[in-house]
Amino acid sequence: MSPIWHLTWRSVANRRLSVLLTVIAVALSVAMLIGVERLRNDAREGFARTIAGTDLVVGARGGAVQLLLYSVFHMGNATNNMSWESLQKIAALPQVDWVVPLSLGDSHRGFRVVGTSSGFFEHYRFGEDESLRFAAGRAFAPAPEGIFDTVIGAEVAARFGYREGDHIVLSHGSGAGVSFADHADKPFTVVGVLARSGTPVDRSVLVSLEGIEAIHIDWQGGAQIPGLHISPEQVRKFDIRPRTATAALVGLKNRVTVFRVQRWVNTFADEPLTAILPGATLQELWNLLGVAEQALLAVSALVVVVGLAGLMAVMVASLGERRRELAILRALGAGPRQILALLMLESMTLALTGICAGLVLVTAASAALAPWLASTYGLRLGIGWPSMSEWVLLGAVFAASVLASLVPGVRAYRYSVADGMTIRM
Amino acid sequence: MSPTAVDLQALRFRWRGAASDCLAIDAFALAPRERVFLQGPSGSGKSTLLALIGGVLTPSTGQVQVAGQALSTLSSAARDRFRADHIGFIFQLFNLLPYLSARDNIMLPCRFSAARRQRLQQAGQTAADEVLRLAEHLDLSPALLGRPASELSVGQQQRVAAARALIGRPGLIVADEPTSALDADRQSAFLDLLLGECAASDAALLFVSHDPRLAQRFDRVLNLADINRAAPSGSGGME
Ligand SMILES: Nc1ncnc2c1ncn2[C@@H]1O[C@H](COP(=O)(O)OP(=O)(O)O)[C@@H](O)[C@H]1O
Ligand SMILES: [Mg+2]
Repeated sequence: MSPIWHLTWRSVANRRLSVLLTVIAVALSVAMLIGVERLRNDAREGFARTIAGTDLVVGARGGAVQLLLYSVFHMGNATNNMSWESLQKIAALPQVDWVVPLSLGDSHRGFRVVGTSSGFFEHYRFGEDESLRFAAGRAFAPAPEGIFDTVIGAEVAARFGYREGDHIVLSHGSGAGVSFADHADKPFTVVGVLARSGTPVDRSVLVSLEGIEAIHIDWQGGAQIPGLHISPEQVRKFDIRPRTATAALVGLKNRVTVFRVQRWVNTFADEPLTAILPGATLQELWNLLGVAEQALLAVSALVVVVGLAGLMAVMVASLGERRRELAILRALGAGPRQILALLMLESMTLALTGICAGLVLVTAASAALAPWLASTYGLRLGIGWPSMSEWVLLGAVFAASVLASLVPGVRAYRYSVADGMTIRM
Repeated sequence: MSPTAVDLQALRFRWRGAASDCLAIDAFALAPRERVFLQGPSGSGKSTLLALIGGVLTPSTGQVQVAGQALSTLSSAARDRFRADHIGFIFQLFNLLPYLSARDNIMLPCRFSAARRQRLQQAGQTAADEVLRLAEHLDLSPALLGRPASELSVGQQQRVAAARALIGRPGLIVADEPTSALDADRQSAFLDLLLGECAASDAALLFVSHDPRLAQRFDRVLNLADINRAAPSGSGGME
């Protein structure tokens, strides 16, 4: 075998220019395959670590996945709100430990505004049961003093350079970046900046529910009521107790009762409501996305097949002019099997080079794109050594390249058997 | 006394798919150190005969012995090894692997054959020394040895091929029209070198050509047609 190893390397090195393009094609296809796999796993992991410690999420009657997406992940919008009375009835259930209301619908320069209670900072958990931490400042004070206080997520602070004491203006609606109507008359004061958590909270502006009520007090149907203007000072004289919420996070005293409480909410007579178990609904979401993920992965796999096919086509095409070389090797004592091994080794060397280059490429690309993905989509890419599932894919690609290298290999074998040492051109 | 270099008995060979036999040779022998000139028109089966002697092809019937070893008793892998150990081949053209240097081309048989390495060792030589020695005898300057084979002239390539055939002293050198790509002066110079080196390494030489002018320097001149009973098929005579 040793002379064959030696020749493989020299022969590949000799044709480096002609094979470079095909190796690049393999590298790109492998980078795409691994990139898709990495993205999908990291997205899953990111989603899964976003919510912990919450037993139920409650909202207006609707799809479970939709409720989870808009309440926890800030994707999409609620079609209906739920009433404050319903919320209080849920909170009054003996099984319920805590309720954290969420009120969505406003934004600040493209980031979502979340109206909530100070209980949010206490009860919201992510990852392995981690609590939110303050990088600076504190939670907002209870109404009425803290009505115009806000706590901002790490990404919001980083993007705009906000610090404690800065004033910011909220906008009506969640238009990404473009604000249609500002609540410019009622600015909020940043009282706290949260440490990075890798969850949508990083990209949120948190205010009290009373604050949300206050900025909408002179509004109706998405616009300021003409002629009516109520100043921040006057606002405190009005009733700014929250009337509605978009959703609520619910914690139970004992997890065992979760299905009973869920059933109770789902069959609530006063108002049509939905209660979901975040973990189960996340699973439902994966099942939904699974088809799309599989399709994407399948397309990537196909691209790899195309890349390998191109490589083998180049190898086979080169065989015509290399028949002479094979005959020389035969005369020197190489058997047809060694010829087979030579061609397979060459093809596999090229494929392996492509695979390694693809891995380097995807690592470099994810290192380069990670900050942007994290700040724009809150997606945290794992950079570094390939994961188990990526190794499996890489192994599969290599196995495919071994199979594919049989094509030039067997062809060369046939040539060397048919030609012997003499070639009939 | 060393065994006969080549011994053919009742040999018949037909190419796959061919209508008639290509070769039918009752007997042919090449003595140790003997230098035989084998001639015959193009397409008469000379190269086919050499491939049979090399064990690359196997006869339909009959026996091929090289250095006393009946090739038919060997497995195909063992035949390949046997060829590497005992026979050096030189072809008409394009003898070299273009992506190796002249030196690496010459050393290649030592990579395939442990026996050739061993013989060098027993003579107290390293492969690198032997390359230099052969190169000097074959009129190849040391500077040439580092060059890729593809950059050498045809004459240089043939001398590199000769050195490669000779390295590690195989008992038999088989040359298949090695001079037909060279002009007349160089033909005779090349032949001088080859004959001299075969004598120096005690190798028998089976030299194939269709050019009778080179024949007088050999121990024996043979016409393939004289020993081959098979009716020559194909385009005999034209080159
Ligand atoms: N690889 C091959 N496959 C089939 N037939 C072959 C092959 N090589 C040679 N032949 C046939 O064998 C005959 C002898 O060819 P060859 O031995 O090359 O003649 P020479 O070397 O004397 O010119 C020719 O008819 C040729 O067509
Ligand atoms: Mg011939």
